[in-house]
This record gives sequence, structure tokens and C-alpha cells, in this order.
Amino acid sequence: MLNDQNFSVEIKIKEFSYNQEVLFKNFNFILKSGEWSCLLGGSGVGKTTLLRCFAGLQTGYGNIEVSCSDGGQLGTRISYMAQNDLLFPWLTALENITIGNKLRGQRIDEEKGLYYLNLVGLLKNKYDLPDKLSGGMRQRIALARTLMENRQIVLMDEPFSNLDTITKLKMQDLASELLKTSTVLIVTHDPMEAIRLGNRVYVLYERPCRLKQPIKIDKNKPRQITDTNLLELHAQLLNQLSFEQNNGLET
Amino acid sequence: MILIRALIIFLSILLVWHLITVVTEAPPYILPNPKLVIKAFISNSDLLFFHGLITLTEILLGLTIGLVFGIISAIFLAYYQTARQWLMPILVVSQAIPVFALAPVLVLWLGYGMASKVAMATLIIYFPVTAAFFDGLRRTNIGFLDLALTMNASQWSILRHIRIPSAIPALASGFRVATAVAPIGAIVGEWVGSSEGLGYLMLHANGRMQIDVMFAALFTLSFIAIALYYAVDAFLTRAVSWSPETHFNIKKD
Repeated sequence: MLNDQNFSVEIKIKEFSYNQEVLFKNFNFILKSGEWSCLLGGSGVGKTTLLRCFAGLQTGYGNIEVSCSDGGQLGTRISYMAQNDLLFPWLTALENITIGNKLRGQRIDEEKGLYYLNLVGLLKNKYDLPDKLSGGMRQRIALARTLMENRQIVLMDEPFSNLDTITKLKMQDLASELLKTSTVLIVTHDPMEAIRLGNRVYVLYERPCRLKQPIKIDKNKPRQITDTNLLELHAQLLNQLSFEQNNGLET
Repeated sequence: MILIRALIIFLSILLVWHLITVVTEAPPYILPNPKLVIKAFISNSDLLFFHGLITLTEILLGLTIGLVFGIISAIFLAYYQTARQWLMPILVVSQAIPVFALAPVLVLWLGYGMASKVAMATLIIYFPVTAAFFDGLRRTNIGFLDLALTMNASQWSILRHIRIPSAIPALASGFRVATAVAPIGAIVGEWVGSSEGLGYLMLHANGRMQIDVMFAALFTLSFIAIALYYAVDAFLTRAVSWSPETHFNIKKD
């Protein structure tokens, strides 16, 4: 696997329409190697679509080009975490973590699976079906499954939005600890999440989509919520978001 | 608990039946008293066992073959659009023709032996199994499929490890329905032409005015059908214990 290399990913969308509406036109976006990029914006602006374009999942009319700076194939370098934990209800926690092996017809690496299960603190639940576990535990297993894939780029679509506030904060800490060296793209509705985790925070607006000047944050992740600096950034971001939404309403 | 309930229901039916025969004074060749039937049951137990076994074999073979064909057809329907366009109308037509109307033809083609009865049972359960499983295969959670694609899974392994397992609860409901209707196929087949089986025994006894034997055969058939249904149901509930619907069923009981 090519997962230790430093490379950035660039997406170029000449034009992409969905339901006869032009969502993207001459849109460029770069994921910098080893950084966490957060994507915010109003509902239906195209955040998830953009993430799905990176994941190679978006079908529709358009001209999308995704390339890695080292010329490698992106398809085998990404892993995907959705809002829903997407655990298979008929498989145990451990089997869910090693599902990638199974789907690719590889030998099932149980040892590695147990290692990641332990890392997210659920070793004792290895034989439990997802049904038995709480939402937070399930999302931790989804995180372990993502880690198990061992891909350089992790795409997350509102991964923690279904969790309660405290669980969410814990999950953010855990994810940023375990995915420290990965290149991550998070789509989120939560400005605080973006400020805590992102190295670059982007706001998407207008149709066809445009990007605001990103907010860059150099401090180490995850940033503590008590950090006053964070509150300033939070306010700044909220300002950007609400300005765009208000503008959107007037036009 | 379920056994006690079944017993109470059974005894109440016997009681009502007994009362009807007493009140209406129906002659035994129209409606025999339950006591007569129980007597016939005991004195003909060998005969009933023999013919019951034949009918049970027909039902089980029909269920197995119908299940296999149903599963294969559903997978084809779910995966190939051409199969959907060509097979779907045939499937619907096959349901529009009453299977009972086909019974004489099947007996003509496949003979008086077991084959025509197995074919009847197969035909009768083929549709519920196919329809239910096909429906289940089409309703795979899209998120699961997305996840599998980002994991570079092949179409074959997506089918095997995701779409089929997630459609198993739907298949299970289809199979439950199939188990309940399969005996109908076997019996109708036997009525049209046979030399063995409970359906044959019933016609035979009817012809000789042995109405008590006829009723005994009817009860044997009901017993087989009910036992089969509950056995299959218990097995399926266990097999798809992960499914939320199953939990609902367990709690309800």
C-alpha cells in the first residue's frame, strides 16, 4: 500500500449538475497532505456531493477529475465514514471491523481487528451484534473499521452528528488522536466541530458552488473547548455562515 | 406456553364440534362425532402414518425445490435488467393462472406418482419466495453499497456478503408464507390423481362413506401443516435473530 507517502489530492469539476441544476462549475479544491479540512455550508449547498465526488460515489452528469499529486490512484487510498455508522447488523463488532478484508476476498486479519477494537476501547464487545451497542459505541466501531482500512485519506460525512454533545466531544478527541497523520475531509454542520478539528475550514456557498477564503488554524488538534481563541474563531465562522445564509434568503 | 394454548384451542374445537353433532343430530356419514373420528384415528394409525409420510415428503420436496428456484430467480431479477423485463411478466402470469387449474395437466405429464404433487407444491411456493427475496435484494441500504465500493469490493462479494445477508429477513417472511401454502399444492395434486398420500386417502374414504377416516386424515394433514409451520418459524427466528422484526416477534409472544 502507498499509505505513507505525502501527496495531496486535487479535484477539478468542469461542470456538475444534479436534477438539472448546476451545482459546480469550474470548481477546484485541494486536500493538503496530512491536514484536516472541514467543509461547512447551508443545507443542500453541495458539501456531501463534493465529498462523494472524492469518494468516487457520485453519479450524475458532469465532468469530474480527481488526481493525486504523485500520480497514484485515489480509489485504493480512501476510506469513508458516513453519518450513519453503517455497521452490518448481522455481523459482530469484530466481523464488522474486518469486513474490508472479507469484501476484497483477503485473509481476515483478526489480530489487527482486535488491535483496533482495543484502540477504541471496545475489546470486551468483540462478539456483540451492533444492535446491542449504544450509538457512541457503534460510531467507535465504525472508526475502528476506518482505521483497519489503513488508507491515507479519510472522508467523513457528518460522522458525529447523531451523537449527544459529550459523546461527540469524546469521539472528536478519539478520532483526531487516531487519525493524526491522515489526510481528512470532514463535512459538518457544526462550526465548533470544524474549529476543534480542522486545519483548514472552508465555507461553501452560492450556486454554482464557491469557496470562501479558508480559515487556517495552526494549533494542535483537538483544541479544547475552553480555549478562548477558539471562541473567537467560532464567532468568525458563524458570522461567515449566517452572512451567506442571509444573503441566500434575500436573492 | 404456546403448547398449552394450542391444546386449549384444540380441545375447544373438539367440544364445539361435539355439541354441534349432539344438537343437530347429524348422521355420522355427514358429520361424525369426534369420538368416532378419534376411534378411526387410532384404528387406522398405520395407514394415516404411511399416507401422511408420503404427503409430508411431497411438501418438503416442493418447499426445497421452490426455495432453490425462488432464490436463484430473485437474484437474477435483482441483477439483470433483461431478466426483469422478460421474467417478471412470466412470473405475474404464472400467478394469474390458478395453480389448481394446472393440476390435471401436471398429472397428465408427470404421472400419478410423487413428481406431479411436488411440482404443484413447488409452483405454489415459487412466487411468494421469489417476490419476497427479490424485494429484499432491492432494498439493500445504499450506505452499505457505498461503503463496499470505497472498500473496492467486487460486485460478486457485494452480492454475497451484503445484499444476500441483508435480504435474508425478507426471504424468511416469504418462506413462512410458502410453508403455510405448500400443503395445499400437495393435496390438490393428490386429489386430481394419485394412489398414495392423505389427499388420496380422503377421496378413497369418502367414496366408501368412511367419513370418520376422512376426518382423521384431515386432522393428520392439519397437524403436519401446523407442526411444519412452527418448526420453520422457530428455525427462521433463530437464523435471523439480528433482525429488528424478529425481536418484535419474540417480544410479542
